[in-house]
Parts: sequence; structure tokens; C-alpha cells
Amino acid sequence: MSALIELNDVRKLYRRGKEGIAIFDGLNLSIEKGDFVAIMGPSGSGKTTLLNLLGGTDRCDTGEIIFDGERIDGYSEGQLAAWRARSVGFIFQFYNLMPVLNAAQNVELPLMLTNLSAKKRRENVETALKIVELSDRAKHKPKELSGGQQQRVAIARAIVSDPKLLLCDEPTGDLDRSTANDILRTLQQLNKELGKTIVMVTHDPEAARFANRTLHLDKGTFAEVTA
Amino acid sequence: MSILNQTRSVIAMNVRSIPQRLGMSLATIGAIAMVVAVLLSFLALANGFSQTLKGSGAADVAIVLRDGADAELSSTVSRDQVDLLGQGPGVRAASDGHPIVSPELMLVVDGVKKSSGTKANMPLRGLGPNGLLVRKQAKITQGRMFAPGSNEIVVGAGLLREFAGFELGKSIRFGSQTWKVVGVFEAPGTVFESELWADAPVVQSMFKRGTTFQTARVALTSPEALKAFAAYAKADPRLQLKAQSEQAYYAAQAERSGVLIKYFGWPLGIIMAIGALAGALNTMYASVSSRAAEIATLRVIGFSGFSAFMGTMVEALVLSALGALVGVAICAVGFNGLSASTLGAGFTQVTFRIQVGPEIVVQAVVLALIIGLVGGIFPGLRAARQRPLLVLAG
Repeated sequence: MSALIELNDVRKLYRRGKEGIAIFDGLNLSIEKGDFVAIMGPSGSGKTTLLNLLGGTDRCDTGEIIFDGERIDGYSEGQLAAWRARSVGFIFQFYNLMPVLNAAQNVELPLMLTNLSAKKRRENVETALKIVELSDRAKHKPKELSGGQQQRVAIARAIVSDPKLLLCDEPTGDLDRSTANDILRTLQQLNKELGKTIVMVTHDPEAARFANRTLHLDKGTFAEVTA
Repeated sequence: MSILNQTRSVIAMNVRSIPQRLGMSLATIGAIAMVVAVLLSFLALANGFSQTLKGSGAADVAIVLRDGADAELSSTVSRDQVDLLGQGPGVRAASDGHPIVSPELMLVVDGVKKSSGTKANMPLRGLGPNGLLVRKQAKITQGRMFAPGSNEIVVGAGLLREFAGFELGKSIRFGSQTWKVVGVFEAPGTVFESELWADAPVVQSMFKRGTTFQTARVALTSPEALKAFAAYAKADPRLQLKAQSEQAYYAAQAERSGVLIKYFGWPLGIIMAIGALAGALNTMYASVSSRAAEIATLRVIGFSGFSAFMGTMVEALVLSALGALVGVAICAVGFNGLSASTLGAGFTQVTFRIQVGPEIVVQAVVLALIIGLVGGIFPGLRAARQRPLLVLAG
């Protein structure tokens, strides 16, 4: 297998007044295509910062970020936005669905950034909703859905444009155990059956067990956890 | 294509989410509606006033004043001059062959306003048998015309609406004399409807004016005949008078007086607009902050800052357009066509109808949209600059 995403000697500073505090100083990471990686670590260890760097929503100060063989750390804001739309699906802890849109319209949002016809967009939305088993809830607004259903809509939104990478920030943090497990099984299925590469930040060791491997982040460095 | 699609999606989401911020959105719509209604009221007053003055004049009637006089009240024309004017070029003749010249004088008398019960100035016009021939739009609608040589008056329908005690058959005292109302005339959309008319020689005698008049109205064969007639009135050493078309005379009067109302309306409208702008800015900033997570999510997904900006801008414009609509409706339903009166040239009351016309509606709506535009720009920029990573960190 080859690497989908690589971080080479990445340094990330947070500036507080005149002082810069290093979150990462020489961080290296390689995630293979088709892998499902869980990232755990205490609060303040840099998990969310890492996710922002991987997703192109934040920039490193020095070092390289390579996605599928191409350096993305030098991209402009516009290039990054276009790259995200094409290559990355995001799943958030609090779902972040648009309250005024129904499930199908929420799922369709990333496709509005493409040149697909309305008919093709509708077909893709139907497929994505079918994968997360919510075809019968297409016309429902988020407030008419349970937490688990809302997260499924968010997953459908993340996969509708067929990105290679899914970034999940505490995807089960707001759900009960049984619903959380359903969501995690769906992610596992997306990894195994559709070959999606998944990076999931979580506090929950139970959730991490669904991943192929778990990395522990502490004070800006990784330690691999073996089950 | 993609930028259009994403901008359309964000705009639709913003507009559809307005009911979620109903209170603030309604307050903004209300504030903008007030601005539009107030500005439009003033402009409609000025408009109605201007239209009435402009509608008063005919292009083929010359009004002759003393050279240097701007208004009827400050002019004098002698009996001899009136006769000479009738001999000028381009003067239309009546069926009996005599030139149509109407020597007139105008005085200011007191009346009591129905609305306030206070005294106000009214114009009393003395005119002769040709008075109606130079005012085609004027018609006696009740009673009859005054009889020559009598203390009879006819009243304009506009004056009758605004002033008490001028109903048909009533007697009124001006100074030491009593006058009887024998007729009511209408001259729709003209300043004449705000006047009292009586026989010129009687007015001259009662108000001790000797044989002088103030103006002469001269019917011309065509509007083109004015040039030669005006040159005659100016050049003849016995005349040396200023002749202009009645239309031009009232247009100049409208310009002078209408401008006062406009200059009061616009500053007031703009001061109120600044207040409404503060409200619009507040609403739009609140809209951006209440949708911070949504905007950040869209930015993370790949939506551009431009689409976030446009979404906020269009929301502000929609609110201001709704405000404008409400303001125009208030004005059109509440004020359009109402009778009003104000001091016209010569400090007499001019009665007119408030007119909410398309031109002034456009002006008020443009002001509302400017409020929306400015109220949307800064919150829109905040939305566009919102960093996408916040939602992940949050």
C-alpha cells in the first residue's frame, strides 16, 4: 500500500502575544490508502490541530503535507477550498447540518461545488442516503431526526462527492453507546467496502477499537497503541 | 457554474432562515419601513404641491406682470395697459371679435381652517367676464357665476374642503363688507381651486385699489405666439411689462416652494436612515453570529468566502426591500390622495392632493436598498472572513 497522506517534519506554532508555543515540532505521520486510523490523546495534545492540518483548514509553519503524492501545504485558500471539496469529507461531533435544509438538501451541499447536473446530483444524493440507510428520511429536516440519524445524514454528506479521505472529529461524542456503535460500524463499512481512508479523533477507547490502528498523541508526538 | 450554484445555495439558506431571527428581522423591516414612509410622505407632499402648481398653467395663456415682479401680489398693471395688451400680436379673439384679455387683481383675506380652527390666508381674486375663458379647466359645479357689480363670490372646491363657512348660500365678512357665496367651481389639479373669485371692479372699489390691476392673462392663438407677444409687451414704451406663459410662471413657483418641502424631507429621511442603518447592521451581525457554525461548516466543505458574503448581502437586501414595500404601502394607503394645504407663493394657502408617484417611490426604495447594502457589507465581510477551522476546534 502507498501513503495517501504524509506529514514530514511539520512544525506548528500558536502565537500568544509575542510568544510562539509549538504544538508540533518536527511531527511525522504517514497514513496509508484505505487505512482507518483512530487518534487519541488528552485535551490540548493537538488532536484537533492535527485534524485541521490534515483537512487543509489550517496551515503548518514549516514542513511538508503531501496528499496522494502532491504537496498541499503551499496551496492558496482558494486551492485548499477546491481541494477539500474534491478530496475530503468531514464528519463533526455535533453533525453541523443546516437546519433549514432537509436531509437530501444537506447531503447535496458538497455537490453544489461541482458542475454536475441537477439530475446527477439527485442520483448521487439518493445513493449516499441509501448507503447510510436513510432513504426514507430524505425529506425530513434535521430537527425531525434523532441524533444518530442526523449523524448518518452528515456521513452521507461527507461521502456524496466520493472523497478519498474522511476526517471525523469525535463522531460519536454526542451519542449513546448503542447508536455510537451503529455509526462506527457504518464508518467501518465505508472503509472496508468503499476503500475510504478514515482518520478519526476520539476520546473513547471503545470507538477506537473499530479502527485498524490507534495512534496516541501526547505533547506533539505520536505513540502507536497496539491492541 | 459552481460559484453560481454555491452562491445560490447560500443565499437560499440565508433567506429561508430569516424566520429563525423573526424578532430582529421584523424590527429592521419596521425601521426601514418608517424611513421610507416618512421620506415618501414629504416627497409626496412636494410632488402633489408641484403637480398642482404645474397643472395650473396653460401654454397658450400669457400672464403679464410688471417688469421685475416675480409674483402676482407684487405686480401692478394699469387699465390703459390692459387695453394696449389686447392690441398685441397673436392675441386670440372671442366669438364677438374682442381680444380675450382678463385683467385681474389678487388680495389676501382671512379664513378659518376646518382642521385647526385657526386663521389662515386665502387668495381673493378679482376677475372679469374673460376670467373663465382663460381657464378652460375651471367649471361652475354648484350655483352660478357671480353677477357683475355685485358683492357675490364663487369659491374653489379645494378651498371649500379646507376652510369653514364658505358653503353655497352663506354670507361672509371681509373687512367692512359682507359677501354672499353664489357658486362653487372646480378646476381639478390646479391652484385656482384654492381661491375665491369675485367681480374685479367690485374688489377694486371695496379694497380701494382705484382702477389698477395686478396682472393680465391674455389668451394667445398658440403657444408659439408667446415670443412675439412678449417682445411687444416689453418693447412698447407704454407697456414695458413682462409676459410669460402661464405654464412657465407656475413651474417657477413650484420650483421655489416645492424645493422647501423637499429640502426638509430629505435631511429628515437621511437622519432616520442612519438610525435604521444601525438597526440593519445589528440584525445582520446577529444573523452572521447565529449562523457562525453553519458558515464555518460550509467553508470547511469548500464553499467560498464570496458565497458567504453574498448570502449575508442578499439577506440584508431582502429585509430592506420588505421594509420599503411596507413603507410604500403605508404611504400609498394612508396618505395618497389626501387633501393638504400649505403656504404657496404670496403667503396664501394652496390646497392640493398628496401624490405618491412612481418617481418618488423609486427614490424612497433606492434609499431603503442603500440601507440594506451598507447594512449587509460589513457583516457580509465578517461572514466571508470567518475561518473554517473554528467549527472543528469548537
